[in-house]
Amino acid sequence: MTAVLKVENLVRAFGGVKAVNGVNFEVAPGELKALIGPNGAGKSTCFNMLMGQLKPTSGTVYLNGENITGRPPRDIWRRGVGRTFQITGTYQSMTVAENVQMALISYHRRIFSIRSYAYRLYREEALALLDIVGMADQADRACAILAYGDLKRLELAIALANEPTLLLMDEPTAGMAPRERIRLMQLTADIVRDRGLSVLFTEHDMDVVFAHAHHIMVLNRGALIADGTASQVRNNEKVQEVYLGGGTLYEQEKANA
Amino acid sequence: MGLFVAQLLTGLANAAALFLVASGLSLIFGVTRIVNFAHGSLYMLGAYFGVMLMQSLPGAVGFWGSIVLSSLIVGAIGIIIEICVLRPVYRAPELFQLVATFGVILVIQDLTLMFWGAEDQLGPRAPGLKSVVRILGEPIPQYDLALIVITPFILLGLWWLISKTRVGILVRAATQDREMVGALGVNQSWLFTGVFFLGSALAGLGGAIQLPKGGADLLMDLNIISAVFVVVVIGGMGSIVGAFVASVLISVLNVFGVAYLPQSTLVLMYVVMAIVLLVRPYGLFGREEKAGEHGQAGEPDRPIRPAGVRGRLFAAALFLALALVPVFGSNFTQVLLTDILIFCLFAASLQFMLSTGGMVSFGHAAFFGGGAYAAALLVTYADSPMELAFLFAPLAAGLLAVVFGWFCIRLSGVYFAMLTLAFSQLVWSLVFQWYDVTGGDDGLVNIWPSAWLSGTTTYYYFTLIVGVGGIIFLRHLIHSPFGYSLRATRDSARQADATGINVTHVQWAAFATAGAMAGLAGGLFVFSKGSVFPNELEIEKSFDALIVVFLGGVKTLSGGVVGAAFMESVKDWLTRLEYWRLILGLLIIGVVIVAPAGIVGTLRGLSERLGLRWTGETTR
Repeated sequence: MTAVLKVENLVRAFGGVKAVNGVNFEVAPGELKALIGPNGAGKSTCFNMLMGQLKPTSGTVYLNGENITGRPPRDIWRRGVGRTFQITGTYQSMTVAENVQMALISYHRRIFSIRSYAYRLYREEALALLDIVGMADQADRACAILAYGDLKRLELAIALANEPTLLLMDEPTAGMAPRERIRLMQLTADIVRDRGLSVLFTEHDMDVVFAHAHHIMVLNRGALIADGTASQVRNNEKVQEVYLGGGTLYEQEKANA
Repeated sequence: MGLFVAQLLTGLANAAALFLVASGLSLIFGVTRIVNFAHGSLYMLGAYFGVMLMQSLPGAVGFWGSIVLSSLIVGAIGIIIEICVLRPVYRAPELFQLVATFGVILVIQDLTLMFWGAEDQLGPRAPGLKSVVRILGEPIPQYDLALIVITPFILLGLWWLISKTRVGILVRAATQDREMVGALGVNQSWLFTGVFFLGSALAGLGGAIQLPKGGADLLMDLNIISAVFVVVVIGGMGSIVGAFVASVLISVLNVFGVAYLPQSTLVLMYVVMAIVLLVRPYGLFGREEKAGEHGQAGEPDRPIRPAGVRGRLFAAALFLALALVPVFGSNFTQVLLTDILIFCLFAASLQFMLSTGGMVSFGHAAFFGGGAYAAALLVTYADSPMELAFLFAPLAAGLLAVVFGWFCIRLSGVYFAMLTLAFSQLVWSLVFQWYDVTGGDDGLVNIWPSAWLSGTTTYYYFTLIVGVGGIIFLRHLIHSPFGYSLRATRDSARQADATGINVTHVQWAAFATAGAMAGLAGGLFVFSKGSVFPNELEIEKSFDALIVVFLGGVKTLSGGVVGAAFMESVKDWLTRLEYWRLILGLLIIGVVIVAPAGIVGTLRGLSERLGLRWTGETTR
């Protein structure tokens, strides 16, 4: 079975600093995969390259076997990748349902249509998506007055609008209360199971990661140091060093320099 | 060779005033993020105070003392403006700040008229520097040479102040991150006031120091402001060195333009600006930044819905009432209502891109006047029938907007506003100076409608149908998927881009649509008046539209139309007063500070509080 997402030798340099330095990995169909690492490891840089917000310095990104490296975000979205952001970017002046309808209007390529009223278009489909994330009862509320956790769930519904094969979630539970975190990740896991899509997410909360992810990748200083199941990663020496070892890698580097 | 050098020196001397005003504007923007449109007015005040002081203080000491004194006085006036007008609106969206400073322009215009009268004041010549020096056989005024020497010292002084002193460090820190500077215990409001003093004093200095070359008159505020914007845009917002280089570039270019291409002096400046922006969108010395971050500050817009049955009935009743006016009303009423309807359509077209698109244009008159001129030119030179020329107006304005939009939408916020302003000035100067084709100041006349539309009443009905039709079309657009896409790009460009919306194309299309609808209004205008003059393209015309959208309510759908109708009716009696600008200016400042929601927004808030309206979460 071909991988949904395949990343080869991905590099991104900012001036002389290589924020991401030769990363290789794959995401299999139906997989819920986590990308973790300490602050500044290059997770967000990595994500921004996958979704097209940032152009890689070198390396290739394949989506379902097709090379999508360096394409703009909207093109990658059209090829079936949904995305949620660390800081939500919903449309504040629209209702909850209209936020989803907007994504559906875009998906059906009616952005420039002037023939009908937008609030009537794809309303049923939007409500169905909102139902999946448990937001249908708030469909007609203004987005601006939603609680943060609800915004996150709305973003998830929007990300499902283009029937994605892959979902990229950057810190999906950042800023949420512990109970909400578990609910959101449970919801994500259910969606992966029911819809057969793949999810790649970054996360700081290790409870969330080890409870839900099928596979875990660990990024440190721009390079992958581990890629495996929860127990493999937990027992990986390098990972222990990074998270518990108190900076031995820095010591080594000093010794080398 | 001699002539060449002489022109170069004249250009360098002319750069002095331009640089002083531009560096002040740049400094204020850098720290407070406010584009002070009234900066030209401070320059004008500097000149008037300079003349007054020079007349009473004798000798060389008196002359130079007067210049320094007027600079300090204008700086003090700047402090008053900052404390009274700008402090209350620092947290407001940038449009509000811009409109507030425009109110200041009006107030200062009338106050100057009150104190010094309408006559131009001749600038006294500098004692000891009255004669000329011959350089390569060409006469160069001594005062020009003095300016050429003085300006670099002022630049050096500013540079020293900014980069070597503690105040300068604070200013630079505030330029990068105001909130952090505040969090570190610096009293932000006094820092802002101080910077405003310095920037205003520089403008006053510019006004006073140019007196021996120019004098003082009531038009100098708006005359310099567009050149200053060009300088700041070319040099880069917030860069003092950029302001200097660009002032020299523009001034020298102007002098050579006068000598070799007298028809294109004004246009040249804008062409240079367009080329610079093509290569470096943030100016020669500017850094890329998002200047529009506060564009949507304040209470977020509410979701919208098309008008319900009640709203539609109300609109229909209004339309019917307007249709019945010729039966009861006088000829004068019909002419007035024709003007009002045209202005309403113009304002609605601006509000479409401004409120729904979040694109604050300061040059919308380019498309109104552009449409009017396009139709008039077609009638004048091709002798085309009115119907064809009328249809050509929105088409030509739309095409113009397509071209300008391509440049403008790559920028956002203040940069976008400046660029639209500069482009509209480009059109204005083209029309104003290309006398052979456009008739320049004399305008184009005898542009009358066809026989079947020539009566006042028939043309009134024509305007009513086209104008109301245009407004309804724009309202429909707002509710259509296209309008929603536009609103999406305004609310979150990142999210829009990540969900398949081509942000650039959507904004470009909206820009072109707004331009075409403004052109339609221009077409209606030219055939109702039978003539068109360059003042339909002036800055004031663009500001008129901005002000009515603002008065009506930016965060509403009908604000532009209501504001335009209100303003055009009030203007009729307001302009009969001697100091109507003062009243209007104070009114604008008052609205900005007291009722920023505008007429429609305030009424909506009131009726909701009184329980007269369904207090749902939607906007009509």
